[in-house]
Amino acid sequence: MVPLLYFQLLGAALFGIGLYGVLARRSAVLIVLSIELMLNAVNINLIAAASYLNGIGRFDAFDGQIIAIFVITVAAAEVGLAFAIILRMYRNRGTVNVDEINILKW
Amino acid sequence: MQLALFIIVAIFTIGGALGVVATRNVVHAALFLLLSLLGAAGAYLLLFAEFLALVQVLIYGGAITIVVLFAVMLTRSSEYPRITDNKQWPLALLTAAALSGVLGAAFWLAPEVVAEPQAPVFSDLAASLFTKWALPFEIASLVLLVALIGAIIIARAQNVDAPTDASSDGEA
Repeated sequence: MVPLLYFQLLGAALFGIGLYGVLARRSAVLIVLSIELMLNAVNINLIAAASYLNGIGRFDAFDGQIIAIFVITVAAAEVGLAFAIILRMYRNRGTVNVDEINILKW
Repeated sequence: MQLALFIIVAIFTIGGALGVVATRNVVHAALFLLLSLLGAAGAYLLLFAEFLALVQVLIYGGAITIVVLFAVMLTRSSEYPRITDNKQWPLALLTAAALSGVLGAAFWLAPEVVAEPQAPVFSDLAASLFTKWALPFEIASLVLLVALIGAIIIARAQNVDAPTDASSDGEA
C-alpha cells in the first residue's frame, strides 16, 4: 500500500514544475499548458486526501472528489477562454510572445 | 505491487511535466502534457477514483489537448522555436524549487495518516453531487455557459457584423 505522503509529494513536484513553466516560458500557449499542470497537481492532492481521509473527522466521503470535478470544469472553461484570448492577441499583434504584449504597460 | 504501479505512474506524470516545460516544440509540449495527464489519471485509479480517472481521460486527454493543438495550428507555429524561455529562467527555477521544497517539507512534517485508501460507492458520489453540492453544480454549469459565449465573442472575427468599425484601420 502506498502512503498518502507519496501522492502529496507527487503533487508538490508537479506544482513546482508547472510554476517553473509559468515563470520561465515566453509563449502564451506554453504558459497555459503549465497552468494545466498546476491544476492537475492540486487535483492529485484533493483526490488523495479524499481517498485516504474518507470518513475521518469532519471530512465527508466524497467532498474531495467533487471539488476535483469542479476544478476540472473550471480548467476546461479557462482553457477555452485563454485560447480565445490568445487567438485575438495573435490577430491584433501578430505574436504570442508575452514579452512583446506590453500594451497595458506604462 | 501497488508501489511499483505508483512509481510507474509518477514517472509518467513527472516525465511528461518536465517535457512540457523543457521542449522547444509546442506540439511536442502538448503531447507531453497528454502523457502527464494520463499519468495523473493512473494516479486517480490507484486512489480508487475511477470516475475521476474517466473524466480526466475524456476532458483533459480528449477535449483540452485538441483545443491546445487547434490553438497551436491557428497561430503561426514557425515563430515558436525562437521564443521558448526568457532571461529570468534561473530565478524561475529557484522559485519553483523553493516552493516544491516548502510544500514537500510541509507534507513530510505533517502528522502521518495511517488510514487505508477506500473504494467508495459510485451511487454515493452521485447522491452527494446532486444533493449537498447541487448549488455549486448549477453554478459550474453557468460558468461553462458564460465561458463558452465569452470565448465565441472574443475569438470571432471582428468585422463580420460591425460596420461601424470599418473606419478603424488599425485592426488586422
